[in-house]
Amino acid sequence: MIGLQHYLTLSAMLFVLSIAGIIINRRNLILILMCIELMLLAVNFNFIAFSRHLGDDTGQVFVFFILTVAAAEAAIGLAILVVLFRNRRSINVQELNTMKG
Amino acid sequence: MYSYYLTIVLAPLAAAIVAGLFGKQIGRAGAHWITILAVGLSCVLSMFVLKEMFWGGAVAENIHVYTWAVTDGLRMEVGFLVDRLTALMMVVVTFVSFSVHIYTIGYMHDDPGYQRFFSYISLFTFSMLMLVMSNNFLQLFFGWEAVGLVSYLLIGFWYKRESAIFANLKAFLVNRVGDFGFILGIAAIVMFTGSLDYAEVFGQAESVAAQQFEVFPGAPWNAMTVACILLFIGAMGKSAQAPLHVWLPDSMEGPTPISALIHAATMVTAGIFMVARMSPLFELSETALAVVITIGAITAFFMGLLGIVQNDIKRVVAYSTLSQLGYMTVALGASAYSAAIFHLMTHAFFKALLFLAAGSVIIAMHHEQDIRKMGGLRKYMPITYWTALIGSLALIGFPGLSGFFSKDLLIEAVKESHWHGQGAVYWIAYLSVLLGVFVTALYSFRMFFLVFHGKARMDKETKSHLHETPWVVTAPLIMLAIPSAIIGWITVNDVLFNNYFGDAIVVSSAHDVLAHMGESFHGSLSLLKHAPQTPVFWLAAGGVFSAWFLYLRRPDIPVTIKRKLSGIYTLLDRKYYFDDLYIKGFAAGGRGIGRFLWEKGDQLIIDGIIVNGTARSVGKLAGVMRQIQTGYLYTYAFAMIIGLTMLLSWLIWFR
Amino acid sequence: MFQAILFYLFSAVLMGAALGVILSRNPVHAVMFLVLAFFQSAILWILAEAEFLGIVLVLVYVGAVMVLFLFVVMMLDINVEAVKRGLTRYWFLGLGFTLLMAVEIVQLIWLRGQDSDIAGGFEPYADGYSNTKALGSVLYTEHVYAFEIAAVILLLAIVAAITLTMRKRPGLKVQNIAKQVAVRAKDRLRVVKMDAEKRQ
Repeated sequence: MIGLQHYLTLSAMLFVLSIAGIIINRRNLILILMCIELMLLAVNFNFIAFSRHLGDDTGQVFVFFILTVAAAEAAIGLAILVVLFRNRRSINVQELNTMKG
Repeated sequence: MYSYYLTIVLAPLAAAIVAGLFGKQIGRAGAHWITILAVGLSCVLSMFVLKEMFWGGAVAENIHVYTWAVTDGLRMEVGFLVDRLTALMMVVVTFVSFSVHIYTIGYMHDDPGYQRFFSYISLFTFSMLMLVMSNNFLQLFFGWEAVGLVSYLLIGFWYKRESAIFANLKAFLVNRVGDFGFILGIAAIVMFTGSLDYAEVFGQAESVAAQQFEVFPGAPWNAMTVACILLFIGAMGKSAQAPLHVWLPDSMEGPTPISALIHAATMVTAGIFMVARMSPLFELSETALAVVITIGAITAFFMGLLGIVQNDIKRVVAYSTLSQLGYMTVALGASAYSAAIFHLMTHAFFKALLFLAAGSVIIAMHHEQDIRKMGGLRKYMPITYWTALIGSLALIGFPGLSGFFSKDLLIEAVKESHWHGQGAVYWIAYLSVLLGVFVTALYSFRMFFLVFHGKARMDKETKSHLHETPWVVTAPLIMLAIPSAIIGWITVNDVLFNNYFGDAIVVSSAHDVLAHMGESFHGSLSLLKHAPQTPVFWLAAGGVFSAWFLYLRRPDIPVTIKRKLSGIYTLLDRKYYFDDLYIKGFAAGGRGIGRFLWEKGDQLIIDGIIVNGTARSVGKLAGVMRQIQTGYLYTYAFAMIIGLTMLLSWLIWFR
Repeated sequence: MFQAILFYLFSAVLMGAALGVILSRNPVHAVMFLVLAFFQSAILWILAEAEFLGIVLVLVYVGAVMVLFLFVVMMLDINVEAVKRGLTRYWFLGLGFTLLMAVEIVQLIWLRGQDSDIAGGFEPYADGYSNTKALGSVLYTEHVYAFEIAAVILLLAIVAAITLTMRKRPGLKVQNIAKQVAVRAKDRLRVVKMDAEKRQ
């Protein structure tokens, strides 16, 4: 039977892959945003799995809200990205180090 | 009477405030009128109070005016204790102050700080009245410090003069040493009795005297001895007793009216007054009395010697003041409190007179103070000459003048005070006061002859301008010369032997030399008749004769003596090296310690290591830490992952 | 059994898509892989009987968010050559840590969790159960306040995105509507009265 353990494992794999994506990617800022979306997806997997396991629909309501906020975050993140590109003509992660100490 | 007392105290304060804060608006004449009127009012009312005490049958009053604070059972109050002792002091203070106010009009005529000066001396009168009229230790301390403050301000009155600033700082610092003892004494009183009020403290005096107190561990002292010696240290500072006397000669940097008012007649006698006021305490500690008499004797004799080698006219008088204060202190130590107060009163008059006369000479000489450049002033300044003669004769105790009665009887009291039992103390005191008479006569008349007799040694320019000073200067001289001459004659019987002070001064019957002397006292006239039979008379006469012979007849002899005894002369000229000890020893040592603590303690350890060191190490650490901040997104993400992984690892494997 | 086969199949595709997202050189391809990943996730959610969320994922994410991503990627016109894959200096360290984390999570789930109640399959819903209805009855009753806030957040996102990206470009020809509406006939038209001229 496919159960909680399988879904959790799948979610963990997805999460770890997106972390690896953030770490090894050094060129494109959009890719980092996409990896964040993947991470949120992994989290949502966990919520749904536990909601099903516990038989409580509130977990799914939570997923609903996460989707909403993630959509908002994506919109604002992309807007910032556009402004950044306009100002610097680049979204190369390696060139963005104004915060260097 | 209550409103009288308030007026006496507050009128000078109000005048001081008006003259000080609104000096510009009321002008020079306004300033001296308002202050003179206020002090004159105080003077008249004080005399009225004294009259009521003397003849009107008024009794001592202990008046509570205002409660300032009550803390833990300790009441801090403002109040007046007016008894016969206080009344006498009030008259002395206000009368001398009044004379000095008038005199100041002439002396400070051209000074730009005219209003300021009047404001200060009125403020001084207020402070001194607060001191003498106080009925508790806190107010006494207030008055004590207030007169010290005004003294400081007035010594440094010509604040542009380097030496004046040095002198007022010195006076202030030396007085702090005394005040330190004084406030410790008050603290001891509060500790032993739990009260600041005179009446309550005196009421508990017997029980305090029965207590023991360990000043140093393992050495219990009588509690009363500790308290009295500490209080007397305060008196030593204020009344310039050796070794805290060094500030008084330097205080002559102030204007002469100040020297007369504060540093001769009133403030410096505050210590004498205080000890007399505390007589119920001092009577219970013979050790403290022995200390008092020894210090007084040393001051009386050795400070007089210094007067012989001084050339500054005011400094001679200043050393004479020191010596006379020593006499009063000796009388206190001999339990002859009335004699001390009596001498205080006569001294206030004739010493103020001498100072004002000296000031008059200084005015005429255009602020030249060196007696070697004077001489022969007698024919130019007759009033000053005669009043100064009266003052000098009173000082040396010429029969019939005020100083004769007070000093003669004072010495007699010391001679009679065998009760001390400590032979050495008695002989030191008696010999000092006896030999002091000769010394007093010598330096007084050395100055007198050098100034008023002999050849005129000033330059032509000054000589051509010599003339008698204006009436505002000579009037106070005459005003003071009258009591200097006659007050002893009139009051000696009442003040000393008729139990004038009543309960104000307490003397235990075993100590009461004055009562013993009173049995053989038959009035002023008989005392006068016996004068030639006492050694005091002949010693004074010898002093005057020596002065005449050495400084008028054979001026070459002092020069020879000076050369032959150069060692002793240098010792006297350097004032027994007290100044060197204090300045090079204590002051320089203190500065050395301060410099060491500043450079090593403050700059090196606190600033260098603790404060800046902390900042520096934080800065260095930050310099290392900032290398981690690459500014790249993936570095931060990576750092987060590492942290997350480690947390997870810890949770799974190590918990 | 059939369900398990489906689960593993779709999971494998999801993993492949995720790998594609993080490894593809061309960002357009990456977006496409991400779309694929979302589709697979939606299928897997439906497989777990969370039908409403599966549909919403497709509609909202694939339909709106991913289109936005694609739009931005294409609009920015990134030089594909420059965005060549370049690995960070410590990529092996990063991979090590992520692998360690994966191992730890899997260990947690499979070894530690074996004896607890997380093992076993999901309890299937009863007949006649409607996931959408159930969610709706919870969402609009208990969580209605959060729901309103979510709406406000979306509005905020709209406003923020527009404010951030809007700019005035010089030389752009635009109409001023207010001015056009406010115009009056007498501003544009001048009626001239003049005498008729004589016929010649």
